[in-house]
Amino acid sequence: MSDGAARTARLLDELFGAGHGVAVDAPLVRGHATLGGRDVAVIGTTDQVHIGARIALALAGHVLDVVRDTPGRPILLIVDNSGQRLSLWDELMGNNGCIAHLTKCLDLARRREHRVVGLVHELAVSGGFMATGMATEACYALPGAEVRVMAASAMSRVTGIAEERLRELFRTSPALGPGVDNFVRIGGLHGVLDGDLRARIAEALDHVDPDPDPRRRLGTERGGRTHAAEVAAMVRAGH
Amino acid sequence: MRPVRRSYDEATARGRIDGLLDAGTFREFCGPTARRSSPHLPALGLPVSFDDGVVVGEGRLDGRPVLIGSQEGGFMGGSVGEVHGAKLTGLLERGLDVEPAAVVLLLDSGGVRLQEANAGLIAMGEIQRAVFRVRAAGVPVIAAIGGRNGCYGGMSIVARSCDWIVVSEQGRLSISGPEVIEAVEGIEEFDAQDRALVWRTMGGKHRRLLGEVDALVENSIEAFRMAVIGWLEQPRPLDLAAVEAEHARLEARLRRFAECRDGLDVWRDLGVERPEEIPELDADAFNAVVASMEERDR
Amino acid sequence: MDHLEFEFEGRGHSPRRGHALVGVVGSGNLEVLLEHAELGGNCSAVVDTSIRGFDSLWERVLADFVDRHRLADVRISVNDGGATPAVVTLRLDQAAAEIREEQS
Repeated sequence: MSDGAARTARLLDELFGAGHGVAVDAPLVRGHATLGGRDVAVIGTTDQVHIGARIALALAGHVLDVVRDTPGRPILLIVDNSGQRLSLWDELMGNNGCIAHLTKCLDLARRREHRVVGLVHELAVSGGFMATGMATEACYALPGAEVRVMAASAMSRVTGIAEERLRELFRTSPALGPGVDNFVRIGGLHGVLDGDLRARIAEALDHVDPDPDPRRRLGTERGGRTHAAEVAAMVRAGH
Repeated sequence: MRPVRRSYDEATARGRIDGLLDAGTFREFCGPTARRSSPHLPALGLPVSFDDGVVVGEGRLDGRPVLIGSQEGGFMGGSVGEVHGAKLTGLLERGLDVEPAAVVLLLDSGGVRLQEANAGLIAMGEIQRAVFRVRAAGVPVIAAIGGRNGCYGGMSIVARSCDWIVVSEQGRLSISGPEVIEAVEGIEEFDAQDRALVWRTMGGKHRRLLGEVDALVENSIEAFRMAVIGWLEQPRPLDLAAVEAEHARLEARLRRFAECRDGLDVWRDLGVERPEEIPELDADAFNAVVASMEERDR
Repeated sequence: MDHLEFEFEGRGHSPRRGHALVGVVGSGNLEVLLEHAELGGNCSAVVDTSIRGFDSLWERVLADFVDRHRLADVRISVNDGGATPAVVTLRLDQAAAEIREEQS
């Protein structure tokens, strides 16, 4: 078993205790467990995998199985990826379509009254985050996890902004800098789960936000993304 | 009189809207005089645009009410930042309130605007959720793809979350750009300079043959207009049966083309008689090939 | 980035339209927004440009523009991605033509 898979297995043991029914078959994670006396479906990835067309479809298939076979059962999505897979074959197959399909399945689950909560275990990058955690109704991260769009060196190459200057900007701009804290501030993550993980996940599965997409509101409240909510409301009102 | 063959790919975001909608019916929301430009670009010493690179509003198409958004590919590659994304999200959510004949998205985007990366990425997720919400309410969302940037990154995921997609002959739809794949995985994996390879992998014709887009049209605003009109008030189902059918279709694709290394391999496998001629065909000739294949498969 | 502000003595009549926008902010290109504003018959201009140090050139070009098109009560706003003077003049003239048109 790879180090990443072993860490994921330890996380699952911590969450669900010994003898749970969630298997780590790297890079995929799937199964069912109980948490606080309720059944929970667990779906996810490990090993900081790159999300290619096959992985996206495998995850989508797991989501559909849960929707079909265990209606209404909450889904915990374990997020750990390095972004989308960069390969000619995946592009040839329409990786964007396969990822869109995965998010569509997660959306379908939500519409069919499944609670869908994401947990960034180690890493979530750009299109990989959009494919998974961003398609849940609430996504949390573990302390020490990382969320980013692009590494500083690559961002420097693409934008033409010197890496040193970028790192300076990272310190002051939650809209730009990588890291879980910045994503919490802009509303892209609900929060960081520390302390009693089981209790915190149980709380997250219980908490229902009446707002179908609270991220803009959270970004405004937390001061990290101050224009989005207002602009969207203005357009929605037809002004 | 409406000019019949105005280039779609060359037109600006506003020019595309003007040409697509019934003349004089467009009313813009949060327009340039509102000056809702990016709050993030000035800190980077970069110029802003008064509309943040996207035009949103309402109008009529073939007499029917629509909401429409149009990305300006000339401003920062049509990239999605905080304000740009919020305008598209607000537009889609307005679809829940006014239930138009469609929400039409004219996409021309490299994806997330890296200069406001986190805000752009989350905005992408918000746009996508709004697409699903308005679709679940029975309002079709139609994506049109053409222009210099194609449709990449998170915007390619948004596009494939819509009901219908129309591309121009030069349109491209993929998540990762060729340059990014080459830079990370090496030129052996993808030679980004090989433009023919780029089109065989990501171009509109391959996407049409693969079943990733619903129509390919010549590069004219009128052709896009006709395609979009055909889908007004035509939502596609989004229930469990529909999503399962899509799942089966995608799984079959990955199995069938597991050994393919080039668009040509895929087209040959699909039964295209002279796959090497596909890139040269104009839209009419290409669509005739697609029609004959669909006829054969029936 | 340079942020420049100018005021010009107006000439002629207020425009027919409320506003006009032309151009796209890109490398070597710019957008020009003209708005009808109550400025006591005068004109004002705000220029945000990625190229520094051309204050007097902008002032000359814009003063000439106001003069040639006999503009009054117009607020001129420019977002410039480094356009040449020829492109600047072209976009300004396009915007002036548009704001003069009858409302369609």
